[in-house]
Amino acid sequence: MAYQFEFAPVFEHVDLLLAGAGFTLALTAVGAVLGIGLGIIGAICRAWKLKPFDWLFGIYVEVIRNTPFLVQLFFIFFGLPSLGIRMTEWHAAVLAMVINLGAYSTEIIRAGIQATPRGQIEAAQSLALSRAQIFRHVVLRPALAKVWPALTSQVIIVMLGSAVCSQIATEELTFAANFIQSRNFRAFETYFVTTAMYFLMALLIRQLLIQIGHRFVTGRAR
Amino acid sequence: MFVQFTTWDIVRNLLEGGKWTLLLSLIAFVLGGAVGLAILFARIAKNRLLQAFAKGYIEVFQGTPLLMQLFIVFFGLSLLGVDVSPWVAAAFGLTLFTSAYLAEIWRGCVESVPKGQWEASSSLALSYMQQMRHVILPQALRIAIAPTVGFSVQVVKGTAVTSIIGFAELTKTGSMLANATFAPFLVFGLVAAGYFALCYPLSLYAKSLERKFHVAR
Repeated sequence: MAYQFEFAPVFEHVDLLLAGAGFTLALTAVGAVLGIGLGIIGAICRAWKLKPFDWLFGIYVEVIRNTPFLVQLFFIFFGLPSLGIRMTEWHAAVLAMVINLGAYSTEIIRAGIQATPRGQIEAAQSLALSRAQIFRHVVLRPALAKVWPALTSQVIIVMLGSAVCSQIATEELTFAANFIQSRNFRAFETYFVTTAMYFLMALLIRQLLIQIGHRFVTGRAR
Repeated sequence: MFVQFTTWDIVRNLLEGGKWTLLLSLIAFVLGGAVGLAILFARIAKNRLLQAFAKGYIEVFQGTPLLMQLFIVFFGLSLLGVDVSPWVAAAFGLTLFTSAYLAEIWRGCVESVPKGQWEASSSLALSYMQQMRHVILPQALRIAIAPTVGFSVQVVKGTAVTSIIGFAELTKTGSMLANATFAPFLVFGLVAAGYFALCYPLSLYAKSLERKFHVAR
């Protein structure tokens, strides 16, 4: 007996899927902004060798990059409460995403900062720019412009990785999919539609970040 | 009825789970490498149709969550009438995932071989396969070693997601132990340490290979 594909029982719950997708995007947005912010701080500490923060960030980067996101999430959500640190599943999901993206973007942005030619900083100094001005206009912005494509890819990887947040009952897209397939018993169709939604979201985020990059990062300073 | 877990019991069980993580990583990496090589050849083929197929394949696997890929393999294979265990679904899903990423990494390596090498070898009347075999791939291979070792870290970490479809590797073992022992801090700390012990040497090796290559260039 051949299997009959039925997508109608999935689309009955399209409101749940869209709400889940919205939550995934919101998680990603918060995670991306805070994670890249953390990455900038980490990159400064690493690139300028601010003791003891440079080696603290060094350890942080290695620990996070060499352990799975799912385990980081479980450690935060299930492990930390035994130290008295309790949080909701949303806070745990955001925290895990920020910590994860923060580690990768520390390394990515550091590479950009270290690629700043020495002569550019000297030239800026000879123009009597303040340290803060030099950092902002001569070091950070060109560094971000150089590594923007890498950061874009990393944000998408974190968005796709957030699917596992459903395991701590964060009600994002995969959680919605799990719920729907438990109701209509159409697991394959449900996950197929959900996968297509993730694919579209990845395309959307890439385009959005390319536009943001043109407008605010790689474009000329205003 | 109630079993008391000593720390050694926890470690012993985690090592057992870690064995499966290691095995799954190896299988996904080896099979993924083989499939990835086929996808690579399609991606750089002169045939437009093959190219488009490989490009689509890579984009789909890089643009969707690994968890969804595993779910689709797990539920899809059973629709085809294949009786899938979590173990088979995990190995199959991770192989596809790995192959897409490796094909894309290797494509970059093949394309970084200077165009003059293609022109020189075709002026020597080498066939396409001969060019690949004797001129392009040996040079691409040298460039490819460091990023390939680097990607193996992603494969090891990817195996953690297979715990969600019920494969009893390191993370799944950790979850079960955390529930049984009420010591999630210790258990997940040890689980993280286990992954770190597997991945960190690979990261260091990839970094040293990268450095060596940059010096040699």
